[in-house]
Amino acid sequence: MGVEGIGARVARKEDKRFLTGKGRYTDDMSVPGMKYAVFVRSPHAHAKILKVDASAAKGMPGVIDVLDGKQLLADGIGNLICGWMIHSKDGTPMKMGAWRPLAHETVRYVGDAVAIVVADSVAEARDAAEAVVVDYQELPVVTDATKALEPGQPQLHPEAANNLIFDWELGDAAATDKAIAEAAHVTEIEIHNNRLSPNPMEPRATLGIYDNGDDHYTCYTTSQNPHVARLVMSAFYNVAPENKLRVIAPDVGGGFGSKIYIYPEEIVCLWASKRTGVPVKWTSDRTEAFLTDAHGRDHVSKVKMAFDANNRIIGLKVDTIANLGAYMSLFSSAVPTYLYATLLSGQYDIPAIHANVRTVYTNTAPVDAYRGAGRPEATYLLERTMETAARELGVSPAELRRVNFIRSFPHQTPVIMNYDAGDYEASLDAAMKAADWNGFAARKADAESRGMKRGIGMSCYIEACGIAPSAAVGSLGAGVGLWESAEVRVNAVGTIEVLTGSHSHGQGHETTFAQLVADRFGVPLDSVNIVHGDTDKVQMGMGTYGSRSGAVGMSAVVKALDKVEAKAKKIAAHLMEADESDIVIENGELKVAGTDKAVPWFQMALAAYTAHNLPAGMEPGLKEGAFYDPANFTFPAGCYICEVEVDPETGQTKIIQFVAADDFGNIINPMIVEGQVHGGLAQGIGQALLEGVHYDASGQLLTASYMDYAMPRADDLPSFQVSTSNTPCPNNPLGIKGCGEAGAIGSPPALINAITDAIGNNALTMPATPQKVWAAAQAAN
Amino acid sequence: MAKVTMTVNGRQVSGHCDDRTLLVQFIRENLGLTGTHVGCDTSQCGACVIHMDGKSVKSCSILAAQADGSTITTIEGLAADGELHPVQAAFKANHGLQCGFCTPGMVMTAVDMIRRHQGQLDEATVRAELEGNICRCTGYHNIVKAILAAAAEMSGARVAAE
Repeated sequence: MGVEGIGARVARKEDKRFLTGKGRYTDDMSVPGMKYAVFVRSPHAHAKILKVDASAAKGMPGVIDVLDGKQLLADGIGNLICGWMIHSKDGTPMKMGAWRPLAHETVRYVGDAVAIVVADSVAEARDAAEAVVVDYQELPVVTDATKALEPGQPQLHPEAANNLIFDWELGDAAATDKAIAEAAHVTEIEIHNNRLSPNPMEPRATLGIYDNGDDHYTCYTTSQNPHVARLVMSAFYNVAPENKLRVIAPDVGGGFGSKIYIYPEEIVCLWASKRTGVPVKWTSDRTEAFLTDAHGRDHVSKVKMAFDANNRIIGLKVDTIANLGAYMSLFSSAVPTYLYATLLSGQYDIPAIHANVRTVYTNTAPVDAYRGAGRPEATYLLERTMETAARELGVSPAELRRVNFIRSFPHQTPVIMNYDAGDYEASLDAAMKAADWNGFAARKADAESRGMKRGIGMSCYIEACGIAPSAAVGSLGAGVGLWESAEVRVNAVGTIEVLTGSHSHGQGHETTFAQLVADRFGVPLDSVNIVHGDTDKVQMGMGTYGSRSGAVGMSAVVKALDKVEAKAKKIAAHLMEADESDIVIENGELKVAGTDKAVPWFQMALAAYTAHNLPAGMEPGLKEGAFYDPANFTFPAGCYICEVEVDPETGQTKIIQFVAADDFGNIINPMIVEGQVHGGLAQGIGQALLEGVHYDASGQLLTASYMDYAMPRADDLPSFQVSTSNTPCPNNPLGIKGCGEAGAIGSPPALINAITDAIGNNALTMPATPQKVWAAAQAAN
Repeated sequence: MAKVTMTVNGRQVSGHCDDRTLLVQFIRENLGLTGTHVGCDTSQCGACVIHMDGKSVKSCSILAAQADGSTITTIEGLAADGELHPVQAAFKANHGLQCGFCTPGMVMTAVDMIRRHQGQLDEATVRAELEGNICRCTGYHNIVKAILAAAAEMSGARVAAE
């Protein structure tokens, strides 16, 4: 592998700038003449806008202009859209209500944008925003998805009767019902998956610059996928044609899904820049982030799992209600459907599965993908059900999983997915060994002697990553293809630039993508630069989410490297008068195998550009591009074990150990992979123990700051024990499966299973706060 | 308007700002030192930690005018002569950062933490001391590791020097 190649634990190339304060995030950008925006937002969860009066605000110090939704509409700026079409089981298309970037008739959640104030400073813009008088007529509010479906509830969009967006199903209802009817045992459980706020530490921001000399727009934005932003803003929102719109996502401070979507603010700032003639920068504060960043999860599900007399699962029936908030965000429809129900087979051989999913409008912030996106919901549901079943059946949770594991591949599940490779027992064994599962009874006895309740829980997760084969997702309703692009440019002196459509917002692409090149050509890592995040530099790309940068983005780089290598070998063979098939590339040289003849890499590159002595008919230069469309999803999987101690006096849960044994396929940089797992675990543990978005009955967000929303902090978490046991993915050239979301997917059920084991009461919802745990423990006594 | 003068990263600077200007805004907007970040509005996240007269301070919780006459070090002033500070080097060696947004505040907090404890830190202490700094990427695992490694190295270096 070499010290810098594939598999090497290389320190990150990008670290120095972040460690010395030289990272460049969107809010760090300044351009001459730049002004600052503050949005006027609805304080009501549901109201008619009768009038927007900005006359006083416009006269305030420093104010350039105040613009509202009627002006935006008059200028032809389009509605925000959801880009994934789902049809209900009756064949009707999903009911997409209008989402205006600035509401001009109705506001539907607290934080809905109504007007933009542009001023010389943020403080002046904020003062003026408070002076904008919006006359609201309040309407009744509904925030709970189950309640919103009931007759007589407030209606959010005229298109969606009873607030139902779609009523969708997957799988074989009749076969599943038959299995349940014939079962030796049926485990029934209701599962709540709590609503979360993604909370990347960098709040969203955008800088819109309109240049009237060229009739051209530049948008700096905190995006995980700047090309998708450009495409959507051009094709649907009518901001500007693609060739007149440059989108730059510079350093981005975390995303976790929340920066996939195109939000009202970037559209409105670009439009406002044209209207006002000045560059307009907006930076969210944290309260706005809680109010308006797309939330995650918020499912309620009823589950029936049927077993035969040998404890083998013979059927799984799931009925889910998913809260999508006030509007359909960009990929919101895909999350509780094709990213969720397709994973309900888990690691198990289940002959019959049926899932019904109803998605619902409520007067809350839009809900979309958050780290894991649908797969954590599926895993939490399945793994809590498995644990519950094990307790009901009186078998060990490990044994119940073992007897149901899928053991031969490829495996076709009843819910679309075709698993290509895996070894679930290997992960289970590794995790149980690392956690000293067999020594638990003694540790529990010791805890009891101290008056503490000790519990242990596991979860065996699977996810679908490497999103995704374009034709497949197209057939399921996706509005885009999910390939990736790459371009490899060898400079005349042999240094190399790799342009990728993937986007790094913490994942370390500048290092891992360069490792691919160092590995292939034996050139130093320092001679390779990774270029991403700018639509003027990289032609097109689909961005980074769904653990796709390795499996899809890197595969595109490999394809481009193949082409570069082929041409480089032709040039070297010509220079050395050797046969092309005898050329090997090692340690930065192109050698004739079995001889001492060699051409240094840089000399070959120089020859490509001087073009004095190239093979007949060969074009000068050395630059190749590739698009890679995956053949299948990839299927990372693993086993997580959590051990806790609960203080029965206080309900406080202490995590004693957390073990993660993952199968990610081949790994480019183990250090970075471990870091991804650590971060995912922290978010999953946060969901299980601490985090929860809460609205009151009037739709006011009660958790809109770090004083109210419990983010995991260093003293809430243990150090983690992580390991990998890899079965390479057979469907992409590097054998990569992806690792970005696993931690967040697998950890919540392991933790809740441990707590319920400790307290002897299975009735517990996330977040398992001390109050809830205490009450559940009391109820069990 | 307030006129403020302070020494920032070894250089005397002065400027005029609104009385209500926070120190972090002065550092970012007036001085153009954008390494200090703003991650929240309730002084919880710690992305804005700087050193003021040798102590770590959340620069969002103090007015620029209150810092008049003080000596400030920001993340940009930590690496001497282009060499990473041992805490910065330990964060790199231990993969203690991912997106980099919380990193400047983490590093400034860690430097002060190691100073106050004279390098004598254990995991529980580091975790407790990081209560005012939020990271969403790393799960803190490698941040804790990096701080312990830096503390060991710096106290070892101090022992050697003595």
